[in-house]
Amino acid sequence: MLAYIIRRVLYALPILMGVNLITFTLFFVVNSPEDMARMQLGAKHVTEEAIDKWKAERGYDKPLLINNQASGIATFTDTIFYDKSVKLFAFEFGSADDGRDIGYDISQRMWPSLAIALPNLILGLLAYITFALLVAFFRGTYMDVGGVILCVVLMSVSGLFYIIGGQYLVGKLLHLVPVSGYDVGLESIKFLILPVLIGVVAGIGSSTRWYRTIFLEEIGKDYVRTARAKGMPELAVLFKHVLKNAMIPILTGVVVILPLLFMGSLITESFFGIPGLGSYTIDAISSQDFAIVRAMVFLGSVLYILGLILTDISYTLVDPRIKLS
Amino acid sequence: MSIIPVLLWTDALLFFLVLAIVLAVFYARGKEHLAAPWRQVMRSRMGVASMLVLLIYVCIGVLDSMHYRKALPSQENAGEQHYSAEVLSVLDLLMGPIKDNVETTYSAPFATHAFAREMQQLPDGQQQRIYPRLKYAGIHLDDPQTDRFADIFSRSMMAVLSGFLGLLMFALLLVLWLSKRQSKSFKEMFNLVVRGRTEVPWRVLLLTLGIMFVLLCWCAMLGSKYHILGTDKVGQDVFYLAMKSVRTGLLIGTLTTLVMLPFAILLGIMAGYLRGWVDDVVQYLYTTLSSIPGVLLIAAAVLMLQVYIANHPELFETDAARADLRLLFLCVILGITSWTGLCRMLRGEAMKLREMDYIEAAVAFGVGKSKIITRHILPNVMHIVMIAIVLDFSGLVLAEAVLSYVGVGVDPSMHSWGNMINGARLEMAREPMVWWSLMAAFIFMFILVLAANLFSDAVRDAFDPRLRK
Repeated sequence: MLAYIIRRVLYALPILMGVNLITFTLFFVVNSPEDMARMQLGAKHVTEEAIDKWKAERGYDKPLLINNQASGIATFTDTIFYDKSVKLFAFEFGSADDGRDIGYDISQRMWPSLAIALPNLILGLLAYITFALLVAFFRGTYMDVGGVILCVVLMSVSGLFYIIGGQYLVGKLLHLVPVSGYDVGLESIKFLILPVLIGVVAGIGSSTRWYRTIFLEEIGKDYVRTARAKGMPELAVLFKHVLKNAMIPILTGVVVILPLLFMGSLITESFFGIPGLGSYTIDAISSQDFAIVRAMVFLGSVLYILGLILTDISYTLVDPRIKLS
Repeated sequence: MSIIPVLLWTDALLFFLVLAIVLAVFYARGKEHLAAPWRQVMRSRMGVASMLVLLIYVCIGVLDSMHYRKALPSQENAGEQHYSAEVLSVLDLLMGPIKDNVETTYSAPFATHAFAREMQQLPDGQQQRIYPRLKYAGIHLDDPQTDRFADIFSRSMMAVLSGFLGLLMFALLLVLWLSKRQSKSFKEMFNLVVRGRTEVPWRVLLLTLGIMFVLLCWCAMLGSKYHILGTDKVGQDVFYLAMKSVRTGLLIGTLTTLVMLPFAILLGIMAGYLRGWVDDVVQYLYTTLSSIPGVLLIAAAVLMLQVYIANHPELFETDAARADLRLLFLCVILGITSWTGLCRMLRGEAMKLREMDYIEAAVAFGVGKSKIITRHILPNVMHIVMIAIVLDFSGLVLAEAVLSYVGVGVDPSMHSWGNMINGARLEMAREPMVWWSLMAAFIFMFILVLAANLFSDAVRDAFDPRLRK
């Protein structure tokens, strides 16, 4: 097991290097740091000094890949590539445009993100599985057809509509919870209810439909027929056999996104004013803080790959037929 | 007035796409194995209804893609003809009054007075804050307070009536044509259609068409007299904005797939069929790309595109050309983030296919690798490609709105549902709320996405061999 995990982590390295290379190309080769400075400082009427100052402040005043003026190992370490890209592997994200340490900000902001994403995931799973089982129980009837059509209608509605509509209905018309904001500790719950609720409702359509197909696939299998032939009631078949076996694809689908929960959701967090990583990213995009965007791209990839590794491991834990090789 | 046609990049690609689809239809008609699943789509009620709705959206999009620029009134001594920097489309021409009737600021749907009070000078010199009369909505009414509802009602009735008349004409022609073709009497055919006993569900088709006719007449009759969906912050008609956004939504949904398709097909099949180092390289490529969260990759790429555009203003003749290039790049970037899923599926399918007997037979006959791929594998994975195209479409249309909200979507000057939502969002806090821009964008988007989802279900049922009965 341990050997397998180590090998998977080693496999992940070239992928992360690829990601790193892509971001480096995007941020420093497609546009030179000079272009970025010109853009941020206001295009045409910019003096050379202002550009140089901008570059020096961010550490962009070094050569890209090879520094001919330095000697020894510094030829490669005193460059933008080493400073901005290689150091990401050590999770040294550098500092943002306003001088704050990105690594520190991330460590502070991931908890509010998690506080929304985790309840959202758990409540969502419960709701979607319940609905999907219900639809699967009534398969082939008008209930089933109606349920599927309802799912298609629900998944055709833009996610933004759920948020705006929910905020208007619950926050402004009914005045049940504050529309947006955040607080520390238990006080935060009243701010979390609405985003979590909306998150769950927004996912009903697509998730219920997806889980329904998983259940139906499982219901068509031989062991279900055997269980029925032995005289097992339909509900018992569904809960004892179908649910248990269908949990394998459902759980593995969930494990992939577990690490990504820290990243939060861009849209939800910015609409509800949650100080998580999602709104951090969106603020960085709108203020064109390239350092933060770079850090988030790298972090996101690391978490995704972590999710893939966890998925493979969880496969073996829930399904004894699969062996690690 | 003379005009000059303008062909933007996305226009060319859209026309190419429409042409390709038309050619593909003609090609498929002669081939039974290609025509059969499509006939099944045409037999499902959901399939034809949603296809008709999609077709109408496509018509709007194509009309909006025929661009031109008007000539400026030439000066006396200027030898060279100059053209206006504003790029218009045929849709603008058709919607003429609706486009040009620009108020000063917000007004609610069917309102005759503005949404906000304005200071106005009374004849006796005093100043008063009143709701000013709109310049273009309901000006034919003497007393808007009393006449408005009666006027709207009578016009709506007229619209419904003319819509039904149009439908009736169309239905009669259709039944006539059908009875000729299937050599039945007119009455017999009419009964079949009305009872819904025909092979192609003509009744559903006619009903959908009827609703469309009525809506069209209603918009045409009321649109020129009122702002049927209100006006936005700068007084533009929201209905016009929503119609203009159709093209953007369609382009994002289709061009993205068009861009990614060659990569996904080529790399996926090569990896699955050739295996070895090709497989390793392709797998590495798509694992790397898919491990970057999509929104972040798009955000990073669009940020860099913004930098590039800001530094090279000389490349673009008009604002429309700049916005157009940004749209195209957005499609490319979306394509790069979304081809991995299809590529993975095709690789798996190609791996399955290469073990098939007929491929082995082809190898034994000495058929070359490239020939096997094009003749034997490609046609047999096309159903997956087909399903992926229609499945992706609705997701991409929805993604556009989210990306525009994040600020990495289409150019802010471009008409799109995302930009409409983004602009209206700031007015959420207003009392009473300005809801019509949001609602219009959401409804236009919802109908398109719903039609696309229903259509993709019908297509999947017809093409997926596992679901075939």
